[in-house]
Amino acid sequence: MAIVDRLGEKLDGGRGGSVILTSVDALLDYCRGKSLWAMPMGTACCAMELIAASFSKFDFDRHGTIPFFDPRHTDVMIVAGTITHKMAPVIKRLYEQMADPKWVIAMGNCAVSGGIFYYDTYSVVRGVDEILPVDVHIAGCPPRPESLQDGVLRLREIIATESIAPGHKRKGAFTLPRDAAEGDGE
Amino acid sequence: MGLDVESRRVVEVEEGGTVEELVVNVGPSHPSTHGVCRVIAHLDSEIVTKAEPVIGHLHRGIEKMAENRTYLQVVPLTDRLDYVGSMYANWAYCRAVERLASIRVPDRAEYLRVIVCEMQRIASHMMAIGSAGADSGAVTQFVYAFDQRERIIEHFEELCGARLTYNYVRPGGVSHDLPEGWIESLLAFCESHRKGLDMMDKLFFGNVIARGRMKGVGVLSAEEAVAWGASGPVARGSGVEWDLRKHDPYSVYPRLDFEVPIGSNGDCYDRGRVRLLECYESCSIIEQAIAQLEPGAIMADGVPRLLAPLPGDAYDHIESARGSLGVYLVSDGSPRPYRMKVRSPAFCNLALLPMLAEGHLLSDLVVILGSLDPVFGEVDR
Ligand code: SF4
Repeated sequence: MAIVDRLGEKLDGGRGGSVILTSVDALLDYCRGKSLWAMPMGTACCAMELIAASFSKFDFDRHGTIPFFDPRHTDVMIVAGTITHKMAPVIKRLYEQMADPKWVIAMGNCAVSGGIFYYDTYSVVRGVDEILPVDVHIAGCPPRPESLQDGVLRLREIIATESIAPGHKRKGAFTLPRDAAEGDGE
Repeated sequence: MGLDVESRRVVEVEEGGTVEELVVNVGPSHPSTHGVCRVIAHLDSEIVTKAEPVIGHLHRGIEKMAENRTYLQVVPLTDRLDYVGSMYANWAYCRAVERLASIRVPDRAEYLRVIVCEMQRIASHMMAIGSAGADSGAVTQFVYAFDQRERIIEHFEELCGARLTYNYVRPGGVSHDLPEGWIESLLAFCESHRKGLDMMDKLFFGNVIARGRMKGVGVLSAEEAVAWGASGPVARGSGVEWDLRKHDPYSVYPRLDFEVPIGSNGDCYDRGRVRLLECYESCSIIEQAIAQLEPGAIMADGVPRLLAPLPGDAYDHIESARGSLGVYLVSDGSPRPYRMKVRSPAFCNLALLPMLAEGHLLSDLVVILGSLDPVFGEVDR
């Protein structure tokens, strides 16, 4: 990344340097991770914490995550709550409507494994990974809004090494020198 | 249930050709359905001719699960019933257990229950008023209301460690006594909450757009409210004076002095406003309860971990933020309930939707649904 670093310095200096040399992969990952629009798939109690996370005290927006109720415009589906057998096809269909690349966060024990409803009920799906590929699991019943935000940051780390070549992972994330100096700019 | 497009009305028009009714599916994942409700709306241009709620998307079988748990283990399950007001379900269930097992709850515990439940009423109404605002386009209102709710949640967290699923009211009493400094900060909150309510009253209920969206929409007459078994703010908005705290007094409510606000028109506006006015009353109830609070035990003596009440049944109900919430328990003498049945006010209120929505615009449908304030954990159970 040495060359990127040096050019980055130029860019920051603002003296006409507006060129960065990098790979498409790195640039895409950098951009994707910083603006993850979320499809809030809140079905039960955890949805309350999902709402709390996006309101003033916890403020999701500062991580670039905006809850948006249109699957076609969103990147990550946050499944928050119990999934019943009646609800599962709906969730699957909404997931299929999301444009690639897309990720899934399972928030709360119910979405992770069925949680409190794991053992003796007849109507609950034991975890959303039975129907969707989950990237990040967040435990808790319900998880605190901070845990959800931590989950989103974890997802960013995963995204930072993704490659457009199928089955490939990149080594190390792309960082602007400014970010490297000040942490993640949070 | 399918969309049932076949049953739509088809009308021949004079100019020749036919006009069909439009069938629109709303939900189950929709920001304005307050959870996972699905509504099938039949439209004549933009007017709703028939709206059919489809429930059951959150049916988790809690009543059935209760049959496999001991009486104490059921309490956390009741948290998940009405997740906007967990304390109520806790309390209604514990009252039924206490009646079944003839447990006498100490005074201090009763006062603590009243305090937390009135706080919960504020939190729940803030959610209802806020989302009513969001439904009618005033998202600012939602942010303000949620801010107030968040401060109550902080108090709950200090009290019992959980933000949402409290498991605080237990058969025989409550789980924790008050932490230090809690009462002072709660009183300070009540003071500032009144100001917040004044502001919301002006900002939202005085706003000409909100009034236009809610006044005269979804009118429910008092007779119909009684006939359909509506309760809580939905019935009181129509002028039915029915509040279990006053009219079937339980716990220490007879010792407290409060008003029951009622509306007159029975429209969405009145239902929302009744909720707002109830928050003022809740503040005053909290203050009175704190003034009357005496030191003492918070748990009845000799309540065993493994309760096994004598065979029999018991029903008890309380006034939750949504109406009369009742729990019916049958015991066969074993340590597990033989049957638990929850009388859910949200379910009864939701049944009004087809009647109220008929003849209104599709955009009013979400306002009406919001004004009924359903919580689907409790509707579907
Ligand atoms: S994990 Fe707990 S809080 Fe979340 S939906 Fe399930 S029961 Fe409710």
